[in-house]
Amino acid sequence: MNSFLSQQVPLSWFLLLSAVLFVLGIVGFLIKRNLITVFMSIELMLNAVNLSFVTFACQWHAVKGQIFVFFVMMVAAAEAAVGLAIIIAIFRVRATLAVDRIDLMKL
Amino acid sequence: MNSPLYLRLIPLLPLCGFLVNGLLGRRLPKWLVTLVALAAPLAAFGLVLNAARVCFGAGITAPVVETCPFPWIAAGALRIDFSFVLDPLSLVMLLVVTGVGFLIHVYSVGYMAHEEGYARYFSYLNLFLFFMTVLVLAGNALLMFVGWEGVGLASYLLIGFYFQKDSAANAGKKAFIVNRIGDFGFLIGIFLLIGNFGTLTFSEIATKLAANPAWQGGVLTTIALCLLLGACGKSAQLPLYIWLPDAMEGPTPVSALIHAATMVTAGVYMIARTHVLFDHAPFALGVVAVVGAATAIFAATIGLAQNDIKRVLAYSTISQLGYMFLGCGVAAYSAAIFHLMTHAFFKALLFLAAGSVIHGLGGEQDLRKMGGLWKKLPITFAVTTVGVIAIAGIYPFAGFFSKDAILYAAFLQGPGGIALWFVGLVTALLTSIYMFRLWYMAFLGKPRTEGVHAHESPWSMLGPLVLLALLSIGGGWVGIERFGAYLKPATGALRMESSIPHLELILSGVAVAVALLGWLVAHIFYSARPEAPARLAGAISPVYKLVANKYYVDEIYGAVIVKPLLAISRFVLGWVVEGAILGGLALLLAGIANFSGAILQRWQSGNLRSYAAWLAAGAAVLLLFVLTPWTTIWPDSMNFILKVAGH
Repeated sequence: MNSFLSQQVPLSWFLLLSAVLFVLGIVGFLIKRNLITVFMSIELMLNAVNLSFVTFACQWHAVKGQIFVFFVMMVAAAEAAVGLAIIIAIFRVRATLAVDRIDLMKL
Repeated sequence: MNSPLYLRLIPLLPLCGFLVNGLLGRRLPKWLVTLVALAAPLAAFGLVLNAARVCFGAGITAPVVETCPFPWIAAGALRIDFSFVLDPLSLVMLLVVTGVGFLIHVYSVGYMAHEEGYARYFSYLNLFLFFMTVLVLAGNALLMFVGWEGVGLASYLLIGFYFQKDSAANAGKKAFIVNRIGDFGFLIGIFLLIGNFGTLTFSEIATKLAANPAWQGGVLTTIALCLLLGACGKSAQLPLYIWLPDAMEGPTPVSALIHAATMVTAGVYMIARTHVLFDHAPFALGVVAVVGAATAIFAATIGLAQNDIKRVLAYSTISQLGYMFLGCGVAAYSAAIFHLMTHAFFKALLFLAAGSVIHGLGGEQDLRKMGGLWKKLPITFAVTTVGVIAIAGIYPFAGFFSKDAILYAAFLQGPGGIALWFVGLVTALLTSIYMFRLWYMAFLGKPRTEGVHAHESPWSMLGPLVLLALLSIGGGWVGIERFGAYLKPATGALRMESSIPHLELILSGVAVAVALLGWLVAHIFYSARPEAPARLAGAISPVYKLVANKYYVDEIYGAVIVKPLLAISRFVLGWVVEGAILGGLALLLAGIANFSGAILQRWQSGNLRSYAAWLAAGAAVLLLFVLTPWTTIWPDSMNFILKVAGH
């Protein structure tokens, strides 16, 4: 695994993939109007970060990065549960999922 | 060092009474409140009596000092302790304060029985006793100042006891504010003492002055005049006496205890306590004498034309305090303290008797509506008679001995002293007239109001009256020679020798004759020919108006001091400082906040995506900053950062 990583696929490829996924997440978060798509973009960003975590964990033979990934996945799962619940609640009340119409925090 | 006299308990017991009744009084049953309120001063009085027994028994006249083991204030060479001093002067004062104080507590139980705020009243009264005993026992000027301010506070609270009444609340404020002016003088005096003596302990000041007998006048005069200003405020002397007549808004026992017998005499006590300073400042001593004599005659003339029974007594108190100042001013400190003591007896008696009259008449205070009360209030009438004779100075009642001692001491001071003596004599005449006027108007003649069913007061009120009446009769029999000799270690020797034979006897005869003359005048005006006062008032109408309106002093102060002060407060401080400067500053700050808020508001669009965009942009900028190879672009950047950081 280690030799496969270091010799055949360069480290930078993994990191580039991670960066591309992250930017995709950001762009999706910023431009999409549908709340569910926005939510999925967040998941995408989290997993992009996960990818760079495991990449570095392999590179430096450090298990901490992999442990961190588990934490992130756990939090993401919890977040998904809560977030989807909120989305359902919002939809029931407002009958819309357009992000720019959910601006009750504004004065 | 703790003495077996338990001096520290004398103030602490009333403090405990204050705490119990002040904190829990509302929830305690009334009998328990009464018990606590009476037990505290009784126990303090017992301790004082015990101390007196020990001191008299062993013939101790040297001061007994009780000091807290750690210093209160230690700054450089200045060290101020919590120290209590018992010497003949403070012992006499303590006997008066706790003894008369206890009697008035007992009286209050009957007087205040049906009043709201029973526990509050007694907690204040105990608080007063705490501060007053601190004032009396204090071994240094600062501790005395603590007691001094404390009694002022208690006085304020008790004058304004009926705080729902506007006049009472205002009278309390007036007393407090006028006293502030005096306290300012006292405080400056304390600062000057620290600066010039490096100590505030009375005994050390006396030692330093005794070591430098040539040190006269100069800064000592300034210090003495500052202390005199303080004394004038507390003891209601010219020009700061105006608060005392208004202080009669408080319950009558309070007027008796605080505004006649004890607190207002604190100024006299303070001068006697610091008399070494005054002895080294002859000019200040002269000012004391003149202030005292002027106040005595000034207040006595006002007293002639007052119709409120308590106000007559209030002006009489001011006048008698003037006598005490006169005594201090001619260096007859023990005579002043002697008069302080007898005055405490007969003035407390007169006030409490007036309270009994007011109580019996259901709150009526106007002399013109009284009359013929002797039948309905026989005991009150009897004790008032004693009090009136005592204050008029007729032999052998208490007032005769002390007033005579002061007048005699004044007479011995040369030509100026004789002038003071004459003023004192005229005051004695006026005193006799207005006191017998009160006596005739209230108790003799025919009842002037129909339908008032006057009733004699309960025994809890009459008991203290009878005891005080006995003291008013016999309180002066000790005589000024023995009294002065006892006080000598604390107040210095009393010079009472004269080259003229029988001078003292002659002067006494004159004083008694004047007092009897006053009685005669009052008899003619208010009993034999009741139409005479009105005719006289009509004949000298401008003078009468001037006196009846108290020389318009309150109005003059109002126009000269209060109004300008209010105007300055309103226009200069209120409009210019508060409105323009502070208000402008506040508006400027608010404007800056508003303006920047208006700009920053645009970021708070409420749009989730714009927040996220700013978040991402911020993260990108930070990332860019961290990843930029600064050292390659700008080789010296590291040095620059370190320099900025201060290395």
